[in-house]
Amino acid sequence: MTALLLRDLRLAVRAGGGFGLGLAFFLILCTLVPFGVGPQGGTLALIAPGILWVGALLACLLSLDRIFALDWEDGSLDLLATAPLPMEGTVLVKAAAHWITTGLPLVAAAPVFGLLLHLPAGAQGWLVLSLLIGTPALSMLGAFGAALTVGLRRGGLLLSLLVLPLYVPTLIFGAETVRRGGAGMDAITPLAFLTAITLAVLGAIPFAAAAALRVNLR
Amino acid sequence: MAPLLSVSDLAVARGGRRAVEGVTFSLDAGQALILRGANGIGKTTLLRTVAGLQAAVDGIVDAAPDAIAYAAHADGIKGALTVRENLGFWAQVFDGPAIGAALAAMNLSDLADRPAAMLSAGQKRRLGLARLLVTGRPVWVLDEPTVSLDTASVALFVQAVRGHLSGGGAALMATHIDLNLPEATVLDLTPYRADPRRVQDRVPAGFDEAFA
Repeated sequence: MTALLLRDLRLAVRAGGGFGLGLAFFLILCTLVPFGVGPQGGTLALIAPGILWVGALLACLLSLDRIFALDWEDGSLDLLATAPLPMEGTVLVKAAAHWITTGLPLVAAAPVFGLLLHLPAGAQGWLVLSLLIGTPALSMLGAFGAALTVGLRRGGLLLSLLVLPLYVPTLIFGAETVRRGGAGMDAITPLAFLTAITLAVLGAIPFAAAAALRVNLR
Repeated sequence: MAPLLSVSDLAVARGGRRAVEGVTFSLDAGQALILRGANGIGKTTLLRTVAGLQAAVDGIVDAAPDAIAYAAHADGIKGALTVRENLGFWAQVFDGPAIGAALAAMNLSDLADRPAAMLSAGQKRRLGLARLLVTGRPVWVLDEPTVSLDTASVALFVQAVRGHLSGGGAALMATHIDLNLPEATVLDLTPYRADPRRVQDRVPAGFDEAFA
């Protein structure tokens, strides 16, 4: 499993791997929003938690179809299915690789983007924390969607339609955590819900995604 | 000793339609079986079923768990990685032997540090076949292994198969060319072709088919 993780990370940083695509998208969004909304700090601070979370979600969505599609096209997925790795493990590793290349950079860069959107100083910590806890669920749910649509021509749109509704709970509790943190209220409750969603997703989805892959491979 | 792979009364289907049925054979250590038959008769489907990628419609495929190494039409090569990295990855996944011998056996040693995207079709195929050598698995299931190989490379491949057989392995392959492999027996699939007029086969198994 380590070998697969290292291979996927290596592929992501090599030419054409798409590393940094999500980050660049996030940056574009966060620089464009102030132009569109106007530079008043008050307005921006009000919408910043929502914008940041929606941005993270869309950035994550951008690279989802690569999780399995590339391995499907060159036949690696068939070979991985006959390898000693359990399919659930393969799904988990692929989602982890996606998170490390997409989610983790977002978490690390989030404070900078928060500044661009006038996010209150008190909310910065909550933003990083909520993204750190919430984005693994985004990658895992995305892997499920990718497993369902693997092998479909132009499955990207269908993938988005399938996955976005599943992202809603994470989005709600993630943005709520940041909003409450910024307003000086107790942010532990939404954060606990966010954590619960992520844990449930990480526990259950690998099995669902592996089942979907098995059906799609035959 | 039980055979490495035994297949009895196997029926396989593609797209809900039976392709071949009633196929029975078994492979002991040191044996090779070559499948022949016209295009579309179901060789690939049969091999995928034996490899465990799809369920058999009927019959039994009996092999030890983790005994089969499958090589498909696509080689599963990542163009962004070098030949060594590609092969090393599979060796790690299968926890197999070191890759040096496999590179040498397929005459890839000089290309080891080239990005796989730079390889020709035949060289890629050789890399795909070298992967079999690092799986360390006893039963090779090969789908048209000699496609895009030149004569010298086919000889290398036959040599590798022969080494594998003499080391106690077995091989099941679909190929159209004459491999010059005296150990191998040939199984023509034509008599096993499923009758498309049989009505019961046209009825889909229903919703549960996909999850069986």
